[in-house]
Amino acid sequence: MGAVRNGLVAVNDFFSTRPGRIGFFFVLALITLFLPVFFQAAGNVFMVRIFALVGIYVLLALGLNIVVGYAGLLNLGYIAFYAVGAYAGMNLGFLMQELLVGLGFLGERPENWSYWVLLPFAAVPGVLAGIMIGAPVLRLRGDYLAIVTLGFGEIVRIAITNDIAGITNGASGLPGVGQSVAPVAGQMWVRENLSFGNFLFSKDLYWYYIIVALVLFAIFVITRLDNSRLGRAWVAMREDEVAASSVGVNILTTKLWAFALGAAWGGIAGHTYAYWVGFISPESFNFMESVLVVCMVVLGGMGSIPGTILGAVIITAAPEIIRVAATSPVFAGFLTPEQAALVGDYRFLIFGGLMVVMMALRPQGILPSKRRARELHPIDDTILAQENQQLWEAEHKHESDSDLL
Amino acid sequence: MLNVKDLHTFYGKIEALKGISVEVNEGEIVTLIGANGAGKSTTLKTVSGQIAPRNGSIEFLGQQIAGMPSHQVTAKRVIQVPEGRRIFAQMTVRENLEMGAFLRTDKEEIAADLERVLELFPRLSERLAQKGGTLSGGEQQMLAIARGMMARPQLLMLDEPSMGLAPVIVEVIFETIKKLNKDGTTILLVEQNAAMALQVAHRGYVLETGSVALQGTGQELLRNERVRKTYLGEL
Repeated sequence: MGAVRNGLVAVNDFFSTRPGRIGFFFVLALITLFLPVFFQAAGNVFMVRIFALVGIYVLLALGLNIVVGYAGLLNLGYIAFYAVGAYAGMNLGFLMQELLVGLGFLGERPENWSYWVLLPFAAVPGVLAGIMIGAPVLRLRGDYLAIVTLGFGEIVRIAITNDIAGITNGASGLPGVGQSVAPVAGQMWVRENLSFGNFLFSKDLYWYYIIVALVLFAIFVITRLDNSRLGRAWVAMREDEVAASSVGVNILTTKLWAFALGAAWGGIAGHTYAYWVGFISPESFNFMESVLVVCMVVLGGMGSIPGTILGAVIITAAPEIIRVAATSPVFAGFLTPEQAALVGDYRFLIFGGLMVVMMALRPQGILPSKRRARELHPIDDTILAQENQQLWEAEHKHESDSDLL
Repeated sequence: MLNVKDLHTFYGKIEALKGISVEVNEGEIVTLIGANGAGKSTTLKTVSGQIAPRNGSIEFLGQQIAGMPSHQVTAKRVIQVPEGRRIFAQMTVRENLEMGAFLRTDKEEIAADLERVLELFPRLSERLAQKGGTLSGGEQQMLAIARGMMARPQLLMLDEPSMGLAPVIVEVIFETIKKLNKDGTTILLVEQNAAMALQVAHRGYVLETGSVALQGTGQELLRNERVRKTYLGEL
């Protein structure tokens, strides 16, 4: 144990230095940008898809992190915003396409601009849904809020499944019969111009880079938020609502902002997912998805951007890798093909166990924010000893001062 | 400055305030004393907007503030230092003080006020980088008052500032209250420690089961037979 701990400390020290950090980020950037290209070149499109999927979940986890990590409001129906974004994006896209064809703007080969045109507004449906669910339940806290948001998530899923608004095509999903999502503009261009030899600049690779760009944009915006007045209001509210309102924080709007800004990223992720995969159905938005996104935030570290990203990477990529590993020749001796195929289904069991272990050993997450770590894990011996020392000194200071009074 | 008239506040069906009228003039220290459940804190919470009154009026500088949410009352620079201190335990002392100036945007003035409150509570300046939760009870109370002062209150409302503190510290706190008042802050003080409160207060109100039983200057009330028996523990 000691050796492991010392090793970790050494690694940590190295990354705390400036060259260490720069080196780390450089390697990270190289992996992020070029590893998918390598997989694509090797003909492993499956891995490229997983990279893109991880990106989508990173976006979702970053959004939920605003609500759970910053504002301290547990939202168990977050995936509903993802669904709203996806369905709104696709339906508006169909509408746009019809309009353009009707007006005769499209030639023989329709290029689909809907994704790009709608992207700046992709957050809108999410935000509206966020305000809709947020406004009536803002007076609730903790468990009650969690239950209401859970209910909201289910309402949205069931409404979609039953095609309540007449635009979701129920359980069979979108696009329905007679509708189609044409390849998004740009996708064909990169395929024709950036492919060479055996290397094909595939649709999945194209979308991967879009998603990476969106994630970078999200990191930028959320970092700014964290350091803003609103960010401080969230911290204050999370610690003590009465005290926060007594210094002038408007609790209702502060919570509403958290809901709306969190939902915005859900909407953007949904919109992007819909155009990338080209098909959406209610199954993609079930309760387990919400739970998984919460797990990502909790596992990585609430309130921490690097933590949230790491959590999303682990939870999205792990089951896929386990599935691939199980069917690989290495395990062929232990597992029959049928058993190997089932391993993926055990992922929730593994996550459940992982969560229990986490909560017992490291409730603040793998890469927590400093503040959150203090809130969630004060039972650190060194911190505790330090606090006791300070308390002792503080108390005894009064005694020595009292002579002067 | 503050004019509370015939205030009725309910907790569900229980009528906690049964028509309370209290007045605070500019420059005064006014105290509300009384036993547990008399409605002292409820009055303060109603004024600060934490609870909405059912009936009655709360006028501050001629404006009606009854039923206004807390943050709007704070924006009028009617600042409440809540009962039990409620400092932000995980924020540092400095962050706590900065939160006190949350609604202000005048950076230079905020910095000047920070200097001022640290002068008032030198002990806090030694602990600027320390988390609020690691302070002792007395220091936390100082921090709570200092945080309130960072908003530049026109009216500072203190809810039981002596609660749970050693007598020495209580004296320090009351000295500070007097000093703040001398420097121009109007103060509404809710206290269980009637003797201390009446000594520093210009005027006082004695509350009993949701109504004002007695009122007068601090000295008058200190001499009052009934007050002496009931609240000062004299036989």
